Amino acid sequence: MMKRLTLLFSLLMLLTPAYSVDRLLMARTEQAFPEAMLKLQETIKKHGYTVSRVQRVDIGLTQFGYETDKYRVVFFGKAEEIRRMSSEYPQLIPYLPLKIAIFAEEEDTLMVSFSPLQLMETDEPELNSVLENWTADLQAMLADMRNDNE
Amino acid sequence: MRIVLLFGLLAAVLAGCQEGPASADKAAARPDGARLYTQHCAACHGDEGDGGVGVPLNLPDFQYGVSDRFLKETIRHGRPGRVMPAFPTLSDAEVDALVRHLRTWAPGQPLTPTDETIEGDPRRGKALYDKHCVSCHGAQGEGGEGTGVTFSRPRDLPIIAPALNNSGFLAAASDKLIKAALMNGREGTPMPSFRKQGLSEQQIDDIVSYVRSFEQQPDPTAVGSADDEPLTISRESPHSVEETVAAVKRAAVGRNFRIIRTQTLEDGFFPEAEQNPDQVIVHFCNFDFLNRALAIDPRVGLFLPCRVTVAKHEGKVEVTAINPKRLAYLFNNAELNRLCEEMAQTYNAIIDEATF
Repeated sequence: MMKRLTLLFSLLMLLTPAYSVDRLLMARTEQAFPEAMLKLQETIKKHGYTVSRVQRVDIGLTQFGYETDKYRVVFFGKAEEIRRMSSEYPQLIPYLPLKIAIFAEEEDTLMVSFSPLQLMETDEPELNSVLENWTADLQAMLADMRNDNE
Repeated sequence: MRIVLLFGLLAAVLAGCQEGPASADKAAARPDGARLYTQHCAACHGDEGDGGVGVPLNLPDFQYGVSDRFLKETIRHGRPGRVMPAFPTLSDAEVDALVRHLRTWAPGQPLTPTDETIEGDPRRGKALYDKHCVSCHGAQGEGGEGTGVTFSRPRDLPIIAPALNNSGFLAAASDKLIKAALMNGREGTPMPSFRKQGLSEQQIDDIVSYVRSFEQQPDPTAVGSADDEPLTISRESPHSVEETVAAVKRAAVGRNFRIIRTQTLEDGFFPEAEQNPDQVIVHFCNFDFLNRALAIDPRVGLFLPCRVTVAKHEGKVEVTAINPKRLAYLFNNAELNRLCEEMAQTYNAIIDEATF
């Protein structure tokens, strides 16, 4: 019985079209930077994550010809998950916590992150499962930010 | 009972995979081009195709001057090393839906694709190219500087001249498409009509032949596979966590970096007393380097400022950093490769010194 179920499930997985994941995950919102910044932090929290830090990456940008210095990186994660994953998979530590860069692009605001699944895909099912979840959550957060345009 | 349910589900999935006559159900199941565009393209090309980071897609001259095949091949192959990524995992139906969406901005008859080779003399074409095209497209067809990324910097042109020697461009563009661009120009961009500038059709054919000859050269902008590079740069330290953190700071300062912040990985997640003291992140920055990197591709700020992690795991102290050369794969920006190489050397030097 279990064998049949497993076989059927495997067949279903094979027949279900794989969803496409970009390496860099990007979103544009028509919101101005301050509003987008607030909205992004709310969105991250809505998806069950804790914002651990907001890092400025804008020192001196205007001196180098930029029209704006509105540039931040928002770090976030789930506390217990960060603890468990960094302990079990220390190779992940340089890429943790998760993060989204956010910066002004003329009147709009752009957000960028990367797909953990695309960058770090492994043969370890448990790790891959977490990478898939992170990627799906990042995609969902950016989709929420895009939906504010509608 | 469960088996019956699963068979039902399987049958439904199989039915969804079958090709059949058009029906309302099937139309409803068609990929949504607008949604796909919003998800994959709008961040760079703008919600309405006005361009920005990427080229404008809604210009009438562009829409009529390129075939559906060109658009599909461009989506499939991207422009290696020139920011525009390839989308190999999109299904054919999704690519078709994307192209249908792009065409809603300029309904009409676009260029008809053809594999016909334009007969020209590439030697004469080179002389003409050197005279008329080099100033925008570069001596080797390498395109304008900036790899299409302008972001918030001032810009005086709506697009950066495409790299004509790019393998993605050459795979997507037919001779007929290149000829049409030369003959008609692209209104709304700096690309003029060379017919109006006095070139004969034969001269334009010669330029097309020369541009096609770029296929014989190796693609200078190609970015290697990420699989060739490890995920991290890492060494074991013979010292304690505390001593190693101090050594990392000394090594970074010795290479003209300023220490920005030292924190545990768990900072911001747990109260200070509960944080694991054996996972320490040292953030440091060289502002000249940071600004050079952001000027090439502002998205790279995602991995800045620089950081090295010192972590104790199973009794061993490991010093680790991201591998910037691995990240070049993410950004698909050939201009970043040199900086990624430079940063990888710097990380290696800092980690070597700190673990000596």
